[in-house]
Amino acid sequence: MTPLLSLKDLTKAYPGVVANDNVSLEIAPGEVHSLLGENGAGKSTLVKMIYGLVKPDHGEMRMHGADYAPSEPRAARAAGVGMVFQHFSLFDALTVAENIALGMENAPRLSALSDQIRKVSDTYGLPLAPDRIVGDLSAGERQRVEIIRCLLQEPKLLIMDEPTSVLTPQEVDILFETLHKLSTDGTAILYISHKLEEIRTLCDSATILRLGKVVGTCVPKETTAREMAEMMVGKVLGTPTRAGVTPGDTVLELNSLSLPSPSAFGMPLRDISVKLRAGEVLGIGGVAGNGQDELLAALSGEMLAPPGTLKMKNVDIGKLGPNARRAIGLLAAPEERLGHAAAPDMSLTENAMLTGAAREGLENRGFLNWPAARGFAEKIIETFDVRTPGPGNAARSLSGGNLQKFVIGREVLQRPEILVVNQPTWGVDASAAAAIRQALLDLAEAGAAVIVISQDLDELMEISDRFAALNEGRLSDPRSTDGLTVEQIGLMMGGAHGMEVAHV
Amino acid sequence: MDLSVINPILLFAALMSAATPILFAATGELIVERAGVLNLGVEGMMIVGAICGFAIAVETGSPIVGFLAAAAGGALLSLLFAFLTQITLANQVASGLALTLFGLGLSALLGQGYVGIKPPRLPDVNFGFLADIPLIGPIVFSHDPILYVGLILVAAVWATLKFTRAGLILRAVGENHDAAHALGYKVVRIRTLAIMFGGACAGMGGAYISLIRVPQWTEGMTAGVGWIALALVVFASWKPWRVLLGAYLFGGITQLQLNLQGAGVAIPVEYLAMSPYLITIVVLVILSADKSAAPGSLGRTFHASS
Repeated sequence: MTPLLSLKDLTKAYPGVVANDNVSLEIAPGEVHSLLGENGAGKSTLVKMIYGLVKPDHGEMRMHGADYAPSEPRAARAAGVGMVFQHFSLFDALTVAENIALGMENAPRLSALSDQIRKVSDTYGLPLAPDRIVGDLSAGERQRVEIIRCLLQEPKLLIMDEPTSVLTPQEVDILFETLHKLSTDGTAILYISHKLEEIRTLCDSATILRLGKVVGTCVPKETTAREMAEMMVGKVLGTPTRAGVTPGDTVLELNSLSLPSPSAFGMPLRDISVKLRAGEVLGIGGVAGNGQDELLAALSGEMLAPPGTLKMKNVDIGKLGPNARRAIGLLAAPEERLGHAAAPDMSLTENAMLTGAAREGLENRGFLNWPAARGFAEKIIETFDVRTPGPGNAARSLSGGNLQKFVIGREVLQRPEILVVNQPTWGVDASAAAAIRQALLDLAEAGAAVIVISQDLDELMEISDRFAALNEGRLSDPRSTDGLTVEQIGLMMGGAHGMEVAHV
Repeated sequence: MDLSVINPILLFAALMSAATPILFAATGELIVERAGVLNLGVEGMMIVGAICGFAIAVETGSPIVGFLAAAAGGALLSLLFAFLTQITLANQVASGLALTLFGLGLSALLGQGYVGIKPPRLPDVNFGFLADIPLIGPIVFSHDPILYVGLILVAAVWATLKFTRAGLILRAVGENHDAAHALGYKVVRIRTLAIMFGGACAGMGGAYISLIRVPQWTEGMTAGVGWIALALVVFASWKPWRVLLGAYLFGGITQLQLNLQGAGVAIPVEYLAMSPYLITIVVLVILSADKSAAPGSLGRTFHASS
């Protein structure tokens, strides 16, 4: 049988790096094929070539045996290739129907399109109101917009780039039902993810990429997650460990904290109460956009809290700004690396100075001690294995994972009493992620209290003592992670947000 | 002081004419900004349009050809801005300011031989019996054709943005240029076209001053109208009908304060002269309470690979 799509010896080089090096793979109609690899392995470049966003340097693509060389996404869509992006390519200020119309070649009138949207969303169990403004939708709902946009074109191949990173476990189940139904109908799916258990449930076959090269293929249902992970990184992985520590006194106390969100499309914090003890790791899960950024801002001091709602060691710190909180040992590392955690165009030394000045004694009566700051930056680079030519390089020049190591390392090395991190291993490869988690655990073992906000449930289960979930700005009661099941976590995260299983 | 010298009918008729240059410039800039580009060179494109229109109208004897030349001149100058910001990825604010300075200088150079000349007059549209309707006739149906073109332009821009696919794509490019690019839309091309449209509109607005409002050529005769048009777009929350409202409000108060000056009101002239700016901005600030209306990518440089 002719494969739907076959790639042969595709190569694409960027200045300084070969993103894809003689990559070949085949996808049959109706097959769910997984593309595995760490960040920077070349998965995104490969699918961008299939979708016509990037032109290969050489190599050939064939669709149904005929030459296939899309010069632009339009051509790819016409050939029956649809793509759901990792970072949603949606327009916040436009309605669902308008967003979908933009992704279609010959969009019908908006009223007719709205009817089609209702029909497709009904068929595949993806409820969606066509006239809602996308900026008001949850992450899961936004993804439905993207999926429906693709489905309306009746694609033969659907590319999905990290589709589940923003979904609750229940939403993931429903997405998989939809994908199963599509694949039974004959649509091939190219599925990119680094969540291995998902791939084992969903995919028929997998191609593994490392540093731009195909390093192997496997049948995920017959391979263990650990084997696949080791094929991805090319070495044996260690699991973070910690000695059991009895938590100490309460160091941080939130008492019915409610705060409005600073941004128009944000989520206000609602009545958050929690106590944090020295030496413990509190994991906070939840789907993105449920108040994570706001909670971090409230703890770091970017947003001030009303009197009595935020206490550190029984002292009210609600009115203290970020620098004052840093001085007394409450440190934070936000999610957005470029522009929030680090100033993109400043050097690593300058970035080390920015948060480390007070606690590391890098300034003296307003004068900056640059040699000490450089030493501090070098210490971070060495301790956390940040790959960069030196501390004089701009933060922007680092890859996402390396910058993440720097940003987390910078806070960890300041000996915090309380550390709050948001998405500490987002976009970081498996071995670096393990190192970051280990550093957080070591910190807790040394007696600091750590709050880890993350969307990676496996990560939270691995390192936290207690788990709580954010849902619509409310924090659930923390529960011990011992014996907590995925179903219970899903319910804590607010269930499936009105999703239903495909009913056709 | 004698308020009876103010004739309300003449006041309202003059209001429409006073508002037209701003209306043209602001409507053009609205399209540019909805496409995500901040062009601060409106004043420069207006004054270049003013002299191009004036010179060509004098040379050919046809005001209509003059207006076409003004649109072409404004669009041509805006291409310079498009080249700087879309091709060489220069900073939009700096490029826009440079465009205004360049336009002021260029127009002074072009206009050297035209000082003190009277341009050919554009006759008013003959609406027949409509013009005889009391009150409404002299106010609404007694103007030159370009003024009505301005009104049609606002309606057309509104309808295009709201109902057509081209308008949707334009808004999408302004809202999130990365997403638009990912969907395969030509961001740079769409923005360049929008910038040229803005330049043509600003040129028409400038020519309306030099050919109809004043009508003669003086250096720097646009006198800050381009800046008011820019402010108007922001305070009108990027909505065409609010731009019309703001332009008429500004034109109306400009006329009213001139009349009040003539009537000898006991308020210092300086206060009267600043009143249109002040009142227009206060009213539009109150109207623009919904702050999230700005296009998401406004003023941000787009680079395809990032």
